[in-house]
Amino acid sequence: MARTELKLLGAWPSPYVMRPRIALNIKSVDYEFLQETFGSKSQLLLESNPVHKKIPVLIHKGKPICESLIIVEYIDETWSSGPSILPSDPYDRAIAKFWGAYVDEKWFPNLRILSTAEGEAKDQVIGTIVEGLDLLEDAFVKISKGKTFFGGGQIGYLDIAFGCYLGWLRASEKMSEVKLLDEAKTPGLAKWADTFSSHPAVKDVMPEVDKLVEYGKSLVAKYRAAKAASS
Amino acid sequence: MGEVKLLGSWGSPFSRRVEMALKHKGVEYEFIDEDLANKSPLLLQYNPVHKKVPVLLHNGKPIAESVVILEYIDETWKTNPIFPKHPYEKAMARFWAKFIDEKCNPAIWQIIWSRDKERDKAIEEAIVHLKTLENELKDKKFFGGETIGVVDIVANLIGFWLGVMQEATGIELVTKERFPILSNWIDEYVSCSVIKENLPPREKLLEAFKSRLNAPAWKY
Repeated sequence: MARTELKLLGAWPSPYVMRPRIALNIKSVDYEFLQETFGSKSQLLLESNPVHKKIPVLIHKGKPICESLIIVEYIDETWSSGPSILPSDPYDRAIAKFWGAYVDEKWFPNLRILSTAEGEAKDQVIGTIVEGLDLLEDAFVKISKGKTFFGGGQIGYLDIAFGCYLGWLRASEKMSEVKLLDEAKTPGLAKWADTFSSHPAVKDVMPEVDKLVEYGKSLVAKYRAAKAASS
Repeated sequence: MGEVKLLGSWGSPFSRRVEMALKHKGVEYEFIDEDLANKSPLLLQYNPVHKKVPVLLHNGKPIAESVVILEYIDETWKTNPIFPKHPYEKAMARFWAKFIDEKCNPAIWQIIWSRDKERDKAIEEAIVHLKTLENELKDKKFFGGETIGVVDIVANLIGFWLGVMQEATGIELVTKERFPILSNWIDEYVSCSVIKENLPPREKLLEAFKSRLNAPAWKY
């Protein structure tokens, strides 16, 4: 694959951008990574994702594909000779997609809420995050069937879907001074998190937690300033 | 090809999506109508995470989330595919299905359940999103081309429920003047046999909306 044939528009802190990067690493596919600058959106981004104007966008032979998990599936289906990312059994695929939707729609938004929550609201959202991790622990035990990853012996779709949030999970723990992923409560997930993060397809695209904390703090400061200005 | 049951609800667009797909493929199934105000132990057992319909049971194994179910159905029963074959077209179908669920439908629901300024804002938002969707349709008969595909199935709220909601509230969102292409699609859609045979009874739906508009907020 010539580098010019495959481009990925993204940014280093985005968990969503990590997803196609991991998928392309798994398939050993080379691509050009184009980083968006903060505070502005490139012409290429606006043209290739006019509907949402968001990253990541994969541009393959000039055709853009948007939405991170849709891109991951596209990668799996297009480079089908490489290691599989989605399970082969339709039922297992459905389960992986169910939990992928769950982490995106139900679980991760709570991390965002946590970053600016205080007092009782903070305790409540922490409770919700931890409850979600309990559910995911059960899912991990059932789906991995004793193996290392949700995908079994290899990283799969759900590992990518959930694992991309680990950087921000750890950053949230530091920023809010709270333990969320507890090896005593969710031992399977705790072990999985370490193994996933150090996997060759993941470690170079997982942002450093301290950098995320710094970036996260600047986002919170901006949010608080905007809120104060509007009140 | 095994035993198929569907936990659903007569008025739920999500539940009807699954029925449309199963009927389109000629799959026999047992429909279990859930009373959403009084959820059955079966539903709570098979969808403990969300406690929502639809849930497909295939040989006793549950699958939840309507679009996930549609993908499963297409992969399991090969007659009359609803997803495109080529990865790029498939990605586009998935993109538009997601757009409908994340942008169009919530804006439409927001119109129904809100009032005054909030409702005006919701109407504006819905118009923008429906225009984007209409652009995607261009000169095709259906989103799926000559025959219905997954995006048409997922657009069922826009295709049918919206008309009923407009009548119940007196709000005109999709008109021939404002949305000529989408209006055409709606006409084709509800005339299409597999769709029209799988819609809830219009009068019953209208009554349900009217009574809920006068009652406190209600969720599926």
